[in-house]
Amino acid sequence: MAESEAVKPPIRVGLFVTCLVDLLRPSVGFAAVKLLEDAGCKVIVPSQSCCGQPAFNSGDRPSTQAIARRTIDAFAGCDYVVAPSGSCAGMLAKHYPELFVDEPEMAIKATAFAAKCFELVSFLVDRLGVKRVSARYEGVAAYHDSCSGLRELGVRDQPRTLLAGVEGLRMVELAESDVCCGFGGTFAVKYGELSDAIVTRKSAKIDASGADTLIAGDLGCLLNMAGKMQREGRAVKARHVAEVLAGMGDDPAIGEPDAGAAS
Amino acid sequence: MSLAATTPHFKDNVHEALTDARLQRALPHARNFIATRAAAAARLPEFEALRDSARAIKDHTLAHLDLYLETYERKVTQSGGHVHWARDTGEALAVILDLCKARGAKSVAKGKSMVSEEIGLNAALEGAGIAAVETDLGEYIIQLRGEAPSHIIAPAIHVTRDDVEADFRRFHRELPADRDLTQPEQLLAEARAILRDKFLSADIGLTGANFLIAETGTSIIVTNEGNGDLAQTLPKVHVVLASLDKLVPTLNDAAQLLRVLARSATGQDLSVYTTLSTGPRRPGDPDGPEEYHVVLLDNGRSAMLGGQFADMLRCIRCGACMNHCPVYHAVGGHAYGWVYPGPMGAVLTPSLIGVEQGGQLPNASTFCGRCEAVCPMRIPLPNLMRHWREREFERHLTPAVVRGGIGFWAFFAKRPGLYRFATDLAMRALHLIGRSRGRFAWLPFAGGWTRYRDLAAPQGATFQARWRAKSGAVR
Ligand code: SF4
Repeated sequence: MAESEAVKPPIRVGLFVTCLVDLLRPSVGFAAVKLLEDAGCKVIVPSQSCCGQPAFNSGDRPSTQAIARRTIDAFAGCDYVVAPSGSCAGMLAKHYPELFVDEPEMAIKATAFAAKCFELVSFLVDRLGVKRVSARYEGVAAYHDSCSGLRELGVRDQPRTLLAGVEGLRMVELAESDVCCGFGGTFAVKYGELSDAIVTRKSAKIDASGADTLIAGDLGCLLNMAGKMQREGRAVKARHVAEVLAGMGDDPAIGEPDAGAAS
Repeated sequence: MSLAATTPHFKDNVHEALTDARLQRALPHARNFIATRAAAAARLPEFEALRDSARAIKDHTLAHLDLYLETYERKVTQSGGHVHWARDTGEALAVILDLCKARGAKSVAKGKSMVSEEIGLNAALEGAGIAAVETDLGEYIIQLRGEAPSHIIAPAIHVTRDDVEADFRRFHRELPADRDLTQPEQLLAEARAILRDKFLSADIGLTGANFLIAETGTSIIVTNEGNGDLAQTLPKVHVVLASLDKLVPTLNDAAQLLRVLARSATGQDLSVYTTLSTGPRRPGDPDGPEEYHVVLLDNGRSAMLGGQFADMLRCIRCGACMNHCPVYHAVGGHAYGWVYPGPMGAVLTPSLIGVEQGGQLPNASTFCGRCEAVCPMRIPLPNLMRHWREREFERHLTPAVVRGGIGFWAFFAKRPGLYRFATDLAMRALHLIGRSRGRFAWLPFAGGWTRYRDLAAPQGATFQARWRAKSGAVR
């Protein structure tokens, strides 16, 4: 592709770590770094906060614009901006330009920025041509398609392709894998009962798949599904796709105690 | 007046719906349309191209709506019909009641019409001593039950077969009590027999319209039961009640829209009956009404033209958005609290009854985007819902807790240095508290989350803190 040809190796990738990974599960960030470095990228991590989605989806456009301006500036020196999340990558790649429809100069900047933003796994496969990673994971896993990645960015086959190459891992079909888990950011709290009804169904589908591990590409959805399954006493482990692909599948799964800290 | 909205109590409605065991047994039906739509779309290689073309047809029509409305009125008049313009519910009801009274009508046979729900027509007719006879099976069932439609194309989708049998036994007392009603066909036959008498005795037939065609002054309705044909050909007077966004320029345009309509709705290639009507019966016609009237309702739609919500006027009421909506699947249509449910209702309701009344609906979405992905008219439903949230935020209608929370969070989000420092401290502290279990069953300020699910404890220092420590050590 023209753009990638224009970029001189090593490709400088700015990791947009996403606020949830930054705060709750840094291991996903390190998994992303490993995958990108293994694929030959130079990874940099500019000082960052959040992509602005909570404000955007609460109707607070001024705050969202302020956050977007900062983010765009922070990543100015990068050839690409990659996030281990379809939702945040979708925000950067699809919604940032919409934020500045009334500011032509900023709109141009935001559109140029958007064009270099990608979700991690689709970036590895579609942009860098990665076909296989060297990783091992003992287990039977189901993959959940998080909504924004799937529908805004077309992330569907890429994670399945790479997961198929993980040694020891057997993938099973998850019925309704493309149906929302009920997370929806602030929705999960504002409409807790409704969100609960949706994730309860998801939890049952995961259980019915026979998998011992749930894999997805968005930490928000994973926290929601893991939290529900744990509340229901199910033993399924939830892991971010980057962790499994980076061979970090032995670390405690989401919501599990620290190794050695278990009481 | 139009139906009173319970939309402001959406959360209570949700709770009620989720705890209604009978409703929860009926709701899975709505999911059946997912596979049929997908199969229909897959069978037609040009389906995606047709969606583009359908969108273009409606966009063009809406851009020149004044022109097409004038043409349409002229054509209806030329064919011997009458067009009545109604700015709002009150005017529409007045026109229809006047038509009924002037003809001494005792009963009105109705085809399915969501616009008639929007203006609360049945109640108004009954208030004037005129019987409203619903001829669509689903509409008939909910009329018996005293309910509103819960779906725009399958009004009784919230009712199970068992419920219908019980209702028929309750209301059709004149029939033998020991009759067999175990099969859906038997229920249909019974309803048909009862309705046929009412068709024949109705003074006025009232239908909605799926499309109004400017070129010919024709109205089109699609049904699967053929009740539309009967409702409009048997009585002496046919009244078409439609909103002005139903207009399309030509028959050819309507044909294209029909190709996406049924496929998106039920997955049929075409609905079983597509009925076109143009004016009253002409000399020599074997059948048809003696009078033909069109009541064209605005009710806030013209104000949407050219604005942020104009895309919504492309809607052809196929129902695909609600058939694919996780929120609709969980609670059904009545919880939305007014006439139009699902994603299309979440956008349209605040437009038609005001965001103060309807504002809950565009907020109650995860923005999963499945509605937009299947909408044949490519209406960006999540974006439009977000626009409503922006309007609320601008007008300070957003609840203070949410506004305060977002403000607090945004303060840090705009200041990455401070954000990094504060979050790192907080995450280390939470990690210490949560690490032995790995998660929290309860946390202050996170009650909305932990009431229903556990919350994973942070791993400790934030990614950014670890990264900086690591790269600092390397350098
Ligand atoms: S919004 Fe789209 S999917 Fe929903 S009813 Fe209208 S046309 Fe159909």
